[in-house]
Amino acid sequence: MSLTLDEVRKVAKLARLEMSDADLATMQKQLSAILDYVDQLGQLNTDGVEPLAHPLPVANVFREDVIGTCLTPDEALANAPNRLADFFGVPAVFDTDEPVSH
Amino acid sequence: MAEPYKIVIGLEVHVQLLTKTKLFCSCPNKFGLPPNSAVCPVCLGLPGSLPVMNRQAFDLALKAALALNCQIASHADQKPGFTKWDRKNYYYPDLPKNYQISQYDLPFSHDGFLDINVHPDPKKGYTAKKVGIIRAHLEEDAGKNIHDESGRGGDTRVDLNRTGTPLLEIVSHPDMNSPEEAIAYLEEIRLMLRELGVSDCEMQEGSLRCDANVNVHIPKADEPKGYAATPLVEIKNLNSFRSVGRAITYEAKRQYEQFQKDPVGYRIDKLLKTTAGWDDPRGRTEVQRHKEEAADYRYFPEPDLVPVIVTKEQLDAVKATMGELPQAQRQRLQTQYGLSPSDAEVFVAKGRKTVAYLEEVAKIVGDGKAAANRISDLVFPALNERKEEIDEFPVTAAAYADFVKQTGSLNKQDRVDVFKIVLEKGVSVEDAKTAAGIKAVDESALRESAKAAIAANAKAVADFKAGKDSAKMAIVGFVMKNNKGAPNDVVRKLVDEELAKV
Repeated sequence: MSLTLDEVRKVAKLARLEMSDADLATMQKQLSAILDYVDQLGQLNTDGVEPLAHPLPVANVFREDVIGTCLTPDEALANAPNRLADFFGVPAVFDTDEPVSH
Repeated sequence: MAEPYKIVIGLEVHVQLLTKTKLFCSCPNKFGLPPNSAVCPVCLGLPGSLPVMNRQAFDLALKAALALNCQIASHADQKPGFTKWDRKNYYYPDLPKNYQISQYDLPFSHDGFLDINVHPDPKKGYTAKKVGIIRAHLEEDAGKNIHDESGRGGDTRVDLNRTGTPLLEIVSHPDMNSPEEAIAYLEEIRLMLRELGVSDCEMQEGSLRCDANVNVHIPKADEPKGYAATPLVEIKNLNSFRSVGRAITYEAKRQYEQFQKDPVGYRIDKLLKTTAGWDDPRGRTEVQRHKEEAADYRYFPEPDLVPVIVTKEQLDAVKATMGELPQAQRQRLQTQYGLSPSDAEVFVAKGRKTVAYLEEVAKIVGDGKAAANRISDLVFPALNERKEEIDEFPVTAAAYADFVKQTGSLNKQDRVDVFKIVLEKGVSVEDAKTAAGIKAVDESALRESAKAAIAANAKAVADFKAGKDSAKMAIVGFVMKNNKGAPNDVVRKLVDEELAKV
């Protein structure tokens, strides 16, 4: 199963990755190889096998609505590359293609 | 309808659920905490952390879905009650995992409806309209981006306290046809979810958010369907019910004008859906993006969460905690107490506690309509003035019922005065009457006076008996003249009673 360059470009855009043409070509090869690998599953005969919506035969795992311990803002922000007061700082989002909410 | 087009509206509503903790972790679910103080590895999306579903969130969501008359996870090829979660992938700074845990193809509830009031004067009457619910599903909220407002393109600040807040998304069919209907739908959802304790539905705090899908149908005899439809526009950034109404009105008109300019190209089958933001101060929609293709979220099943299979026992348990829904309450107040549709609406809109107060007063007084009138006269204005909720009000329902009984013979002004004293001084009705300088009314003396008035006004009595209702007022006036300061409503009642005997 081979991906087109345009498909790779689209996936890169969705992942907010900027890639050179050379990188795109590499990714095209590697992603296609991954898909081919997974595609082997298609060779299995699944006649009579019930469709599965989740791999685990477990359901209804809940936790009670009880407040636990949080991180402190210092802990939460410890690994932030850019801390602004008690906020994570990120570059301003200029991409007007991006919806305001999802 | 005044406009030469039909507006078609579908609403997508998000409500935050009133749980103590977040959907998948035990951080507090609370608005207004200091930034990034209610976060943990799960809601920050740190590697190795795993989500676990909050039982209360799921139960609240079930409650809402049942109130919306939804089917509960009834999906083809799945066990009854089977529902699962999926990853919705997109990259945005307020979403630390780069995916939102949501529900895609097997939502826990779907195919419901909500009755809304579309009476031309909703305060006066009730005309039901069914708005279909496509689905309601349970997902997590994202964090909050605070953009640099200076215009210098400074960094965006991100507060992740909100990430992981349980969110119920309710998607309606495009069954609403006016801004008023859209607002009625939102009001009914808000009333119902507040009364059920599912959400506080505060638009200001973002615990209720709404996007509106709008287009217009323009009647055209030569079209296969009898009308031409404009492309869909999804309006976002709606911050109040009022702005929902304004935005719909504006957008419908804009689309109609656009269609007039380009009747061939500006059609739903020619252009994809676009997203627009509502600019409230300017009163207009701004198209934000043209979707070249359907949003590509690359959903796939969330492997970190196990599915839920809703059992009948679980549904029954949730149903048992629901209580009476607003729509049933409106009907009952009318049939059980003879309240007018508008009075029933006033009480129901104020919520269950107010209805309970009314019912207790009605039970003691023995007259629901009188109880409703007296509460509207005195309790509601007092609550407004004191900025209190009914359950904080110092005069309990039993005490108010007692007040109603003891002041039935007073005129309105006297009742207002006595109530003020009762409320402010906390004294008994008897003492308040004395303090207000009100003497006890001698009903038997007034009755004699009414009899005398009837005897002395033969013409008025004859007129009244001949069907001239207003003639009664002459007799009432006669009694009032001879009994200065007598309570008008008591005199009327006595005159009525005596007239009936003639």
